[in-house]
Amino acid sequence: MSVANAYAVELKNLTFKRGERSIFNNVDIAIPRGKVTAIMGPSGCGKTTLLRLIAAQLKPASGEVWVAGTNLPTLSRRELFDMRKQMGVLFQSGALFTDLDVFENVAFPLRVHTKLPEEMIRDIVLMKLQAVGLRGAIELMPDELSGGMKRRVALARAIALDPQILMYDEPFAGQDPIAMGVLVKLIRLLNDALGITSIVVSHDLAETSSIADYIYVVGDGQVLGQGTPAELRDSTNPRIQQFMLGAADGPVPFHFPAPAYAEDLLRGPDA
Amino acid sequence: MRIRTLEIGVGLFLLAGVLALLLLSLRVSGLSVGNADTYKLYAYFDNIAGLTVRSKVTMAGVTIGKVTAIDLDRESYTGRVTLEIQQDIDILPFDSTASILTAGLLGEKYIGISVGGEEETLGDGDTIRDTQSSLVLEDLIGKFLLNSVNRE
Amino acid sequence: MRKVSPVERVRRVGEAGMSVIAAQGRATLFLFHALFGRSGLDNRFALLVRQLYSVGVLSLAIVVVSGVFIGMVLALQGYSILSSYGSEQAVGQMVALTLLRELGPVVTALLFAGRAGSALAAEIGNMKSTEQLSSLEMIGVDPLKYIIAPRLWAGFISLPLLTVIFNVVGIWGGAMVAVDWLGVYEGSFWANMQNSVSFTSDVLNGVIKSLVFAVVVTWIAVFQGYDCEPTSEGISRATTRTVVYASLAVLGLDFILTALMFGDF
Repeated sequence: MSVANAYAVELKNLTFKRGERSIFNNVDIAIPRGKVTAIMGPSGCGKTTLLRLIAAQLKPASGEVWVAGTNLPTLSRRELFDMRKQMGVLFQSGALFTDLDVFENVAFPLRVHTKLPEEMIRDIVLMKLQAVGLRGAIELMPDELSGGMKRRVALARAIALDPQILMYDEPFAGQDPIAMGVLVKLIRLLNDALGITSIVVSHDLAETSSIADYIYVVGDGQVLGQGTPAELRDSTNPRIQQFMLGAADGPVPFHFPAPAYAEDLLRGPDA
Repeated sequence: MRIRTLEIGVGLFLLAGVLALLLLSLRVSGLSVGNADTYKLYAYFDNIAGLTVRSKVTMAGVTIGKVTAIDLDRESYTGRVTLEIQQDIDILPFDSTASILTAGLLGEKYIGISVGGEEETLGDGDTIRDTQSSLVLEDLIGKFLLNSVNRE
Repeated sequence: MRKVSPVERVRRVGEAGMSVIAAQGRATLFLFHALFGRSGLDNRFALLVRQLYSVGVLSLAIVVVSGVFIGMVLALQGYSILSSYGSEQAVGQMVALTLLRELGPVVTALLFAGRAGSALAAEIGNMKSTEQLSSLEMIGVDPLKYIIAPRLWAGFISLPLLTVIFNVVGIWGGAMVAVDWLGVYEGSFWANMQNSVSFTSDVLNGVIKSLVFAVVVTWIAVFQGYDCEPTSEGISRATTRTVVYASLAVLGLDFILTALMFGDF
């Protein structure tokens, strides 16, 4: 593990295809260590796929995925299993295991990766839940929690093993302002207090810009632009501009491709 | 705890299944456990039509064994039936008769043994000399017709 | 409606055929990956016990009730038909043989497909759509070993047990109707049955059938859930497909097995 590396995650010449369509074509992305980096872009541009590539759930067609000094696609199953201790993922819906209660959910990664005695596991679970503010919910079942609470418990589970990299998949989607505020606070807190590298995939411009140190805008299988939130706001690239301003029409057109309007109206129904 | 009730439930379920299988084997299918004390007898029939393996062997209506094999005897061109008789019924006289009879209207065939008078009894591996073959409908009709022709 | 040319239709049929074959291939790889190979889990037994409960024990109610009713109906119908030949005493063996050879394995499998099969498909589909399966992978646990395998084994074990229980309560129901209600002589009811039911060719063959059905029904249910589209539509389609495919498979296999087992006349 190279301590001197300024980047926690580096994607080099990454190509990923789904069937014939290439989602990413020779993409280079470097995620700085210890900072909050956002990956943003229009829907369907493959942001979640990027997360999965970093988390080694998917294998690239070609290219390298360097995480903590190792190229993930070259690892064996055993090595990959150990690698997972250093990565935590928070999914969009929280993805708590519905048949386990909150305690067991947070304890799950501990039970899988360590052989710690019960008392230690309990202590760690309590600490993690305290960090997200849900220590009192420790005995509830997932279906007794609200959406925001589920995400916080999932976050506690994601940090159970003290990972170095935390990935958030659309953490702000569909949240009320209070829940959003809590999440924003937690992301920033965990990042600063624990020195974690955070990668946030989102298309919520406002919240993400408020906490991101660095942003990558992705689209059309490539990186459209990168920089700090301020740099991007001043960008001259029309696609980035459309995205940052939320303009309805621009490089991503308003109208779905269709024949000329007058023609369509005059043609009449099909025979 | 919840896990305990789960385990008890599953345990009972498995027990019920095993019990059901036992019931089926013993009470429903008549699988006999440990009645291996039997001895073999052979009987040759001109026609064993309708008799099957596992058919009953009775004497005076009481089941004393079952048929375990039916083969064709190549030398005498007759059917050789292997009977397995319970060990404690070793009092069959040497000149007993084995007949293939029909039980009830559904025509299930079984072997009935009627006693002879000799002192010597049949032992393991012996052959019953006197046999009465299965009644075949066509033969009966043929016999009947023949009789009526003869009488005329 | 858009007009579809005949060539397009043929292409679509071909494509559908290919995707069916591809799905079958996926399903087979899925089965082998889940059942065989190192698991690396230490709480496999506890997982199995929990699944045995939810798949087996919870299906007991419907199996027992159906069994009793079917046994009773068999005795009623059998009695009325046999009495026209004067052979009412044979109703015992009729009920027993029908249940043991055919109705027991087949009806239990169909009930299982409807109750446990659809529940499995829905549960797994739901786990897929809420990304629980992905979370497991992220944490480093293979969902095929942790979620799928216990459910498969639970199905393989439960269905034969349920079948045997179905047979017993069915015969008991038939006995109740025949002996207590219709007046068949109790002695001959059981004696005729014992004489004509063979352990190896009737009871065991029935159990073998139920084992085959168990593998097929559980496999289909679990695969449909795992392979479904992670939306609520996808889940409901997976559930329906499970019941339909599993039922058809059971009936088709029943024909083949019956021909193999009882067919050498």
